[in-house]
Amino acid sequence: MSPAKRNSVSTDPVSSNGLISFRGVTKVYDMGKEQVHALRGIDLDIQPNEYISIMGPSGSGKSTLMNIIGCLDTPTAGRYEFEGELVCDVSGDSIERMNDNELAGIRNRKIGFVFQTFNLLSRTTALRNVELPLIYAKVHRRERLERAREALVQVNLDDRADHRPSELSGGECQRVAIARALVTKPSIILADEPTGNLDSVTSREIMVLLDELYGQGNTIILVTHEAEIAAHAHRTIHILDGQIDKDESRPADD
Amino acid sequence: MIEILRIAGAALWAHKFRALLTTLGIAIGIFTVGVVMAIIEGLNVSFSEQISSLGSDVMYIDKRDWFMNRDTWLMTRQRRNIGMDAAAYIRERATYISHVSPRIYQRTTLKRGDKSLEHIATIGVAEDMAVISGTDLTNGRFISIADGHHRKPVVVIGDAVREELFEWEDPVGQRISLSGRKFLVIGVLEKQGQMLGRNMDNMVYIPAETLLKMFSRRWRNITIAVKASDPALLADARDEVEGIMRRYRKLRPGEDNDFAINQQSSLQEFYDNATRMLWMVAIGIGSIALIVGGVGVMNIMLVTVTERTREIGIRKSLGARRSTIRWQFLVESMTVSALGVLVGFLAASGVAVFIHKSTPLAARIPPAWGLLGVGVVVVVGLIFGLWPATKAARLDPIDALRYE
Ligand SMILES: Nc1ncnc2c1ncn2[C@@H]1O[C@H](COP(=O)(O)OP(=O)(O)OP(=O)(O)O)[C@@H](O)[C@H]1O
Ligand SMILES: [Mg+2]
Repeated sequence: MSPAKRNSVSTDPVSSNGLISFRGVTKVYDMGKEQVHALRGIDLDIQPNEYISIMGPSGSGKSTLMNIIGCLDTPTAGRYEFEGELVCDVSGDSIERMNDNELAGIRNRKIGFVFQTFNLLSRTTALRNVELPLIYAKVHRRERLERAREALVQVNLDDRADHRPSELSGGECQRVAIARALVTKPSIILADEPTGNLDSVTSREIMVLLDELYGQGNTIILVTHEAEIAAHAHRTIHILDGQIDKDESRPADD
Repeated sequence: MIEILRIAGAALWAHKFRALLTTLGIAIGIFTVGVVMAIIEGLNVSFSEQISSLGSDVMYIDKRDWFMNRDTWLMTRQRRNIGMDAAAYIRERATYISHVSPRIYQRTTLKRGDKSLEHIATIGVAEDMAVISGTDLTNGRFISIADGHHRKPVVVIGDAVREELFEWEDPVGQRISLSGRKFLVIGVLEKQGQMLGRNMDNMVYIPAETLLKMFSRRWRNITIAVKASDPALLADARDEVEGIMRRYRKLRPGEDNDFAINQQSSLQEFYDNATRMLWMVAIGIGSIALIVGGVGVMNIMLVTVTERTREIGIRKSLGARRSTIRWQFLVESMTVSALGVLVGFLAASGVAVFIHKSTPLAARIPPAWGLLGVGVVVVVGLIFGLWPATKAARLDPIDALRYE
């Protein structure tokens, strides 16, 4: 079920079929008086169907890294390639980057984001929430509904399709968010502390779900503070003060 | 596109009351213009119906122009009266004119038995007036040459007079008293209806000579009504009448006319000027209301954009393009203004129907204005929605997502 490549080593040079490639990615927030260095020269390669967890103390730059991978944010320096396409290359004065619509397209088709705070549209039913990325992908209505329902089935929530987020539990909301992330069949699912707002039982359910998705061939990056959760992944990247402190891969143990 | 409409609808539905309030300005603008429009349209209908009864091929030779300002009125005060002999003079000489009749106005009191009508328009005319005025008789005959010649006390009565004095009786052959003198009713006019707010049936015709004899003031001023033999040659007829009148008045070349030739078109001109004013006032009020309304729309859209910053962030994180977000909010602002147009339109239509039912004015809103309404929606919605929508579209996805 799981492809052989999932244990590929991070120290390999950029391979042609690499999913994500970071070279010297830096993010500096200019706060006027002081500059906040959220990321300091990250080099990172991610292959398809990896299951990666990112750990690190608060403020170390995990979310910043995730946002840049997810094309929600752009680095202030460095080079980022996604599936061999240049997302952005900033060095000194020369800036080469995708335009806004191209970035939106990547977010829409290639990336599924799962947030700590779910970020569902509150007045909208679970089904409509899951449908949303497909609307922006201009998928036809019938196919859209079909795929949205399918995604809800995948997260075991098909019986809650017509409920609004306020009528769902936190765990259920996060499952809707996961369904929304995977409905477009993205190249990668990014989950920034997906269990941060959930109790341990519900967290475990979510992790079972993510494990399953990984098993189906998805690529997953997961930010967490908990070692127990990080252990689900097969590669753990430790971030400290905006830099990669450790990058450990483990053989499959499931 | 359908999705965008659906999203806009849902967003507005969530704040129904606020949306409705916002639309008020636009609604008032549309309402004002709509009502004025309906009234003008009603005026147009009745005016054109009414002045057509004047006859477009009829000219009225008067001492003065129908419409003039104070200065020309003072200037023309010295003019000589027009007398009966002028009518005969024209009749003898004109070739482009088929009918000529004097027209002398007098108010009289009509009595029959114990019924009495005061201030009845009594018009002294000749036999040609039947053709010139274009009114038919329901009964009896019109005034003849002989009637005028012998200054006979005969009268042709309007429909309202018939109704008041005779009800269901046949008036022809009956006698009525006209300012104390016995008159024989010889004919009854068809019902005319209203003209410029006056009931045209509340009048009688008598021979001009009879009128002059009864209410004799020696050099009484009269109007002469003439009808062109061919409406296509109205301009020629006018030139000819002008020439004849100048000769009659013995004016030297270069001397100004000391009489006036009035036509339906001068009335039309006056009317057009009056309604143009009305239009400008309506458009003025309407545009101010629309601008106020538009600013209201913009304000509410800015509030909406701020309130929904997080939603915008979510949508962007899911791959919504700037243009998609911009459209979403533009459609919303256009929907708000459409609501305003709808409310204003319905209110104006209601008032129009009310006017139509309760007054003689056939007020209505022409359908073409529906299109204008749609235009207003697009323009107001676009202009005043553009800034908020662009603001929403430009939001940085990360900042928007973090927004609390
Ligand atoms: N918009 C911003 N403006 C200024 N500084 C920022 C901004 N966003 C993040 N930072 C700073 O960048 C650094 C990294 O932030 P980031 O959110 O990536 O940390 P994190 O590792 O996700 O922390 P946590 O575990 O608490 O979520 C922090 O010092 C933070 O204060
Ligand atoms: Mg974080």
